[in-house]
Amino acid sequence: MVSNIHSTSILQDYLSNQYSYDEMLGKDGNLRPHWEAFFQSFNQLGNEEIHNRNSEIARLLKENGVTYNIYGNSAGLNREWNVDAIPFLISKEEWKKAEAALIQRAELLNLLLQDIYGEQRLIKSGIVPLELVYNHTGFIRQCAGIKLPRKHNLVLYSADMARSPDGKLWIISDRTQAPSGSGYALENRTVTTRVLPELFKGLKVRHLSPWFDTVQHSLYELGSRHHQNPRIVILTPGPGNETYFEHSYLSSHLGYTLVQGNDLMVKNNFVWLKTLSGLEKVDVIIRRVDDIYCDPLELKADSQLGVAGLLQVIRSGNVSMANPIGSSVLENPGLMPFLQNISKHFFGTELLMPTIASWWCGQPKELRYVLSNIRSLVIKRIFRGTSRSTSVDGASLSATQVNELKQQINKYPFMYVGQEKIGLSSTPSLINGKIEPRKTIFRGFLVSNGDSYAAMAGGLSRTSADALDFIVSNQSGGHSKDTWIISPEPADTIAVAKKPVESQSASSKGILPSHTAENLFWVGRYTERLLGNTRFHRTVIQFIAEGNRLMMDNDIQTEQVLLKALTHYTFTYPGFIGDDKEDILKNPWPELNDILFNEERTGSLKYDYLLFIRAVHAVRDHWSTDTWRVLRGMEEAWATVKDTPTPGHLKTQHVLDSLITAVVAFIGLNRESISREQGWIMLDMGRKIEQCLLLTSMLRATLVNKFDDQVDYNLQEAVLISNEGLVNFRYKYRSLLHLPLVLDLMIFDTNNPRSLVYQLDRLKKNLSNLPKTTGDQSVSPHDVIVSDAYVLLQGMSKEQLSLLDTEASQYLHLDEFLSKMYDQLSEIQRAISNTYFKHAELQKQLFSTDDEEG
Amino acid sequence: MYHTIIHKTDYNYDVPVSLCHNIIRLIPRSTNKQFCKRSVVSIQPEPDVLIEYDDFFGNRLVYFTIEKEHKNLSVHVLSEVEKLLPVNEQLPQYNNYSWEQVCRLTHTVTPELLDVKQFITPTSMTMADDAIAAYAGQSFPAGRSIFEGSKNLMNRIFKDFKFQSGFTTISTPLSVVMKERKGVCQDFAHLAIACLRSLGLPARYVSGYIETIPPPGVVKLIGVDASHAWFSVYIPNVGWADFDPTNNLIPVSQHITIGWGRDYDDITPLKGVIMSSGRHHLHVSVDVQRTM
Repeated sequence: MVSNIHSTSILQDYLSNQYSYDEMLGKDGNLRPHWEAFFQSFNQLGNEEIHNRNSEIARLLKENGVTYNIYGNSAGLNREWNVDAIPFLISKEEWKKAEAALIQRAELLNLLLQDIYGEQRLIKSGIVPLELVYNHTGFIRQCAGIKLPRKHNLVLYSADMARSPDGKLWIISDRTQAPSGSGYALENRTVTTRVLPELFKGLKVRHLSPWFDTVQHSLYELGSRHHQNPRIVILTPGPGNETYFEHSYLSSHLGYTLVQGNDLMVKNNFVWLKTLSGLEKVDVIIRRVDDIYCDPLELKADSQLGVAGLLQVIRSGNVSMANPIGSSVLENPGLMPFLQNISKHFFGTELLMPTIASWWCGQPKELRYVLSNIRSLVIKRIFRGTSRSTSVDGASLSATQVNELKQQINKYPFMYVGQEKIGLSSTPSLINGKIEPRKTIFRGFLVSNGDSYAAMAGGLSRTSADALDFIVSNQSGGHSKDTWIISPEPADTIAVAKKPVESQSASSKGILPSHTAENLFWVGRYTERLLGNTRFHRTVIQFIAEGNRLMMDNDIQTEQVLLKALTHYTFTYPGFIGDDKEDILKNPWPELNDILFNEERTGSLKYDYLLFIRAVHAVRDHWSTDTWRVLRGMEEAWATVKDTPTPGHLKTQHVLDSLITAVVAFIGLNRESISREQGWIMLDMGRKIEQCLLLTSMLRATLVNKFDDQVDYNLQEAVLISNEGLVNFRYKYRSLLHLPLVLDLMIFDTNNPRSLVYQLDRLKKNLSNLPKTTGDQSVSPHDVIVSDAYVLLQGMSKEQLSLLDTEASQYLHLDEFLSKMYDQLSEIQRAISNTYFKHAELQKQLFSTDDEEG
Repeated sequence: MYHTIIHKTDYNYDVPVSLCHNIIRLIPRSTNKQFCKRSVVSIQPEPDVLIEYDDFFGNRLVYFTIEKEHKNLSVHVLSEVEKLLPVNEQLPQYNNYSWEQVCRLTHTVTPELLDVKQFITPTSMTMADDAIAAYAGQSFPAGRSIFEGSKNLMNRIFKDFKFQSGFTTISTPLSVVMKERKGVCQDFAHLAIACLRSLGLPARYVSGYIETIPPPGVVKLIGVDASHAWFSVYIPNVGWADFDPTNNLIPVSQHITIGWGRDYDDITPLKGVIMSSGRHHLHVSVDVQRTM
């Protein structure tokens, strides 16, 4: 008998796959008890409201900038993260069992890890084959003997689980190197509770925050052996990594500084963070960089992601790492068949949760089994290599491919594992407004709390892209879900948004890694470049659109000067000044469209926009929610011309207008919300430098040649319009445009926020607010260059700059002044970079054998 | 019999280096065939951090850093090693274990064999392609003793390959060495090891020295100007037996061992990471004298 909720509701289309377990429906077709309460409330919302709320999830995720990068696919960079409104539900009773099993497994893997890098009793007594461990790329011989001075070496652990057709939960893989997903789980929870608050409260779902508190406490404990107020950092491979969003998200949530390898250095047998204020000692590193990339001295020599000498600091006990280097040795499907015996060896008991059936080919009997059943198994290598296909479904192979695979296995049998295929369970998912079954796997998260492990009361559930799909992975598409453990323990009623308690966030305040400083500097530069280019494009396009109607000679001349100026200004040579310029100038639209919309072309507006977006994402934890909304607006502006190769000037102008509004909003929001510390200074300096460079370049491209008065007038007007100066000009001078006055406003006016002198003033002020890094020298090199720029500026007057040469065709002084100024500004930029962006220092390998003989 | 070894490594940098991290594996280890009486490492400029310990394979290593700007780095190692020679410099008597027996033996688990087993799996530097595997097979017909097979392999590499410095670097793949039939001692050692491992036999890479001027009447060997390398094969009940394919010689009195590993990477004489944008120039000299 089908329950009445079921038959009359949105669930009527739900067709459960009879061959696998269904999370929601029992064998009798009735809702399982913990789902019944959920759907009672869910159903009350009504179809329309559910649809609205689902759209709300998508909107929130986009605005929060949640992304998941797909490797090897540039279009997939910053691909959106999809969350399904319906959570994965786990009953209180089942969770209790699962939690105990996960804790047992974490303890077991910790002991195994300690044994592998310690006495190797399991290997010596034959419980674990040597080949299985020693041939794994995660077995790092340099780490033998390294032990953390506490019970657990394995600090963080996560496991993927799935349900077999009989309804039992199985562990299908272990994550021990740098378990990812806890940040996504938290983001999913944040979004889901905002969208379904009444359900979340009504069902008494357990909170995630106690687990994150334990993480903070545990890392604090780990660091407290080094320092009473330990500095904790998250080491990330950088914005190109698939889970960079999470690194950044956890960094802000937990209050730890996010660093890349070249932000750190090893000196005096300690690890130091290179900041704008100098070196700061690091006590704990949360590692999101793979083992072998961590130290180019002792591990992978060409790695740019690690820190030379890091392993020695760890060996000396002067820094702690979670998880330790070498812990990926446990991410080995070949170990699975041995875990039962390892458990008996250490605990005298069996595993509480079964592991997916696996056969390691390093043993003769197992090898024979795998070879003769290859088509019904999934074949995996014992370690995940760099190539994507480390796991292959035997059933998907052709006869030739099967033979090739068999040959490979026979050659190095110890490298391969055969695994049983399990039919994943189905769980209700909201797909295009309908509730449909999808295959699910669920990832649980654990952290050492000193004596034992604490499991997150929740986790990350992921579903397949379509109903019968076997593969569930964020790499191949699909959705994720929040995971609700129904019915709380009485002591577990802490608010979700509880703030970190440790003093770490206070100690890391004002600490800006030099890498982050440089990224912020470039965000500043690209912001102004985007704004300057957009405005100049708009001015030129507007002029052409009007001028073409008039067809006057001086209009045509103005148009040509402006188009050529655009090429100079955007560095899109040859453009309007190349050999075939006559034709291109006659019909400028194809070239204009190209330097606007061709993202492959260096210097095009779209190209600059992408540079800007990339820089923004690299320091993503600096932007507020409102800022993300503005960024979203820019994306939408671009989307309006996405499928139109030649949008026409009206549509183009519309895009340019929207972009300008968005960039200005971006600048304004930053000015309102970023505290005036080193980060802000870097951002602002980048803007000022770029504004100076753009202004000098525009003046030089438009005003140094003398044309007839009307053309001069047009060009001066275009310069003022592009620099938001026309209103200021009229207000200040109450006269017609006239070169000395234009130059006065754009170069010498200390009240005009877009004048050269104003930018230089700000630049100087910013520099004086940065920490001195020159030690005993009181004047930094960049101070000297900025002073020189001042001298250059003060040595000139608007009258001098407006003097014509003898042939009355060029303003020679102006040209010379602008050219010198441009060089001077480039020098300032170089000096800032040499002084503050120390991570840019090159790291080189030194060998004893450049030409070794013997 | 004693040998005195002076190994000098000197770097000059075009641009000052602000920080360097280095690891040297240049201290000869004591074995049942040699005793390292003393080894003195002098580093200029004075290191800021200097730590000495035994690595995973039991080789002695020195880690050091120089944390002030410098334009030169010199690492000089002076070692005195006593050779523990068999009576009358005779070759040890090797038993007649067939190579197939050795393959099978390594499937069992005893403490000694556990240590041996880690030298069977090829590393990326000792990976055999089909040509190398076929080359290996010719030295190991069914039933041949492991000793005779290894000696034959050494012999063939010596005859079939041309010693030519500068043709390969340490990153040249073995397949190229096999195809072009030339290289230096590291290449020949790696090639032999790849051959042995392709058959499932345990083989080690040995780093060391040979004496600069041989005693009167003895042929001067190749590889005296820098550190040398050869390979070693495991023979049950006897232990590890050395073979030098560059000189077609079973090392006895003229070879001094520094240490061993699975391949060059495990026993690189000196490696480092420097913070610098400039070029560096390297000068290496080795002098090995028999003192008694």
